[in-house]
Amino acid sequence: MLEPVSAQPLPRVSPERQVQLRRKWLIAALLVAPFTLVYLIFLIYPTLRVIQLSFTNSDLAGIGNYIGFKNYADLLREPTFWTALLNTVYFILLTAVPNTLLGLGLALLVLRLKRLRNVVLAAFFLPYVLPVSVVTNIWTWVLDQNFGLLNTLTGSSIAWFQDPVWALPAVAFVTIWWSVGFNILLFIAGLQSIPTEIYEAASLDGASGGRLFWSITWPSLWPITSLILLLQLIAQFKIFDQIYLLTQGGPFNKTLVMLLYSYQQGFQQQHGGYASAIGVVLMIIILAVSGIQVRLLNRGARS
Amino acid sequence: MTTTQVSSSAHARPARSFRSRLTRFPGVLTTVFTVLLAVIWIFPLYWAAVTSFKPEDETIANPPTLFPHALDFSAYSYIFQNSPIVRWYVNSVLTSVAITILVLLLSMLCAYALSQIDFRGKKWLYWLVLAGFMIPFQASLIPLFILINKMGLVNNYLGLILPQLAAPVAVVIYKQFFDQIPPELGDAARIDGASEFRVLFSIFLPLNWSITFSLAIVTFIAAWNNFLWPFIVMNDTVKLTIPVGITQVQSAYGVAYAKTMASAVSAAVPTIVAYLLFQRRVTEGVMAAAGLK
Repeated sequence: MLEPVSAQPLPRVSPERQVQLRRKWLIAALLVAPFTLVYLIFLIYPTLRVIQLSFTNSDLAGIGNYIGFKNYADLLREPTFWTALLNTVYFILLTAVPNTLLGLGLALLVLRLKRLRNVVLAAFFLPYVLPVSVVTNIWTWVLDQNFGLLNTLTGSSIAWFQDPVWALPAVAFVTIWWSVGFNILLFIAGLQSIPTEIYEAASLDGASGGRLFWSITWPSLWPITSLILLLQLIAQFKIFDQIYLLTQGGPFNKTLVMLLYSYQQGFQQQHGGYASAIGVVLMIIILAVSGIQVRLLNRGARS
Repeated sequence: MTTTQVSSSAHARPARSFRSRLTRFPGVLTTVFTVLLAVIWIFPLYWAAVTSFKPEDETIANPPTLFPHALDFSAYSYIFQNSPIVRWYVNSVLTSVAITILVLLLSMLCAYALSQIDFRGKKWLYWLVLAGFMIPFQASLIPLFILINKMGLVNNYLGLILPQLAAPVAVVIYKQFFDQIPPELGDAARIDGASEFRVLFSIFLPLNWSITFSLAIVTFIAAWNNFLWPFIVMNDTVKLTIPVGITQVQSAYGVAYAKTMASAVSAAVPTIVAYLLFQRRVTEGVMAAAGLK
């Protein structure tokens, strides 16, 4: 039974070997089956089904007829869809770049600390482990128009989450508060992987401060920086929770984003097919961005 | 950071007295600035906690009271008596623990086969798993809901748990860690007649307790915090998880911020405690999930 696997390769597989191979395959299948089944049923199947549904006028029970490209044609013609798309892009601009730069700045500051480093890092990271509804509850309170801490201290009377101009920036700010800790962690890892000898050599050559940062730190960090930017780009395209909890898309659709629009169409209006079409557009965008990420990471790995 | 490097590497004695005082002054200033920033950053969390220990009329006092006059637990006793918050807690603990255990177990089994056994379709399966990183489940919420509904699992904990197991991250991380273990270790055990399960659970798992523990903490926090799917699949108020539950009562309380903050603080305590106790583990898990070991 214990025929060594590396026995001289025979031109035709012997019956014992065949049995052994089949047993091996069976064991492997048994090991991968639980995950693969769950994965195929609950991730891959819905991903394919959403494409099919987007060509129908289904309701939320999945019952409907094929209507060709009508959902997509309607989407392109409909101003609300464009509002949702533009708001999503605006939200990404308000979060991705500031969050990355703030993460880098804070990582540099945290690494300069000799004492209290872990405590300070924990303070910046702690919001990241909170449930989203806790985050939104806290900020609804702090930014409350009448009794909130911010307006009480500054004398402002802006209703941050109901103001047409301020609502989306306010949600973006809350998002940055919630998630910058993640970026700080990644940047700290990136900064610590830059060999100190480079700095020593450069400072012997008379470089200092800003020179060191722009000619060593920034270029060495670029793989991490681009990773963080893309991770956020992907995450913020899928923005839903904070918006739903803080503004519900209002006022006047000023904070309506793509996933929220899909949710409203699907779960509130029972337009399953139409909501699926929005989902497909979202998926295409995210796959495109992920594609860029994979290419960047591969290039990083090669160099 | 850069100047610290410079000043620590230049250990010429005589120059130290004057020059280092010059360079240390901004150093102290940066420390103060950074600590101050951290205090401001965490302040809303403190403010939420303090508010939860005030009577309602004190929460809206002007000027605001930075320290409550006296610790007042009435907001907590109110929410514990007037909302199903204890039940939500139980729901969240049970589902998060179940998700954590199942995610680790399923991923471990699959990753072990991908890493240690040669079988037909292996490459194909690994590519499929990797593709899952790019697929946003949020885009297919509608078909997922239709599917769960057809299975009769809406408002059912199985319907809440199952889709959360379809995450490829832990598989890929485990595979990377299993790949680093010399195959001779497993072969030796196999020659002694150990089954693949034995090899996995008595050799590969014990060698990877550290990453398993980190993954467990991070998976638990993520499962506890998950909002979108529990929000969609559970409709029955008593069956909600706590992050979804606290959004339901908020409107019922009206402007009653002590109660709202008391429920927010209650919902946040487990993840905060998990993080503060296992800070290094959380960091390790988050980094591994981001693809940086």
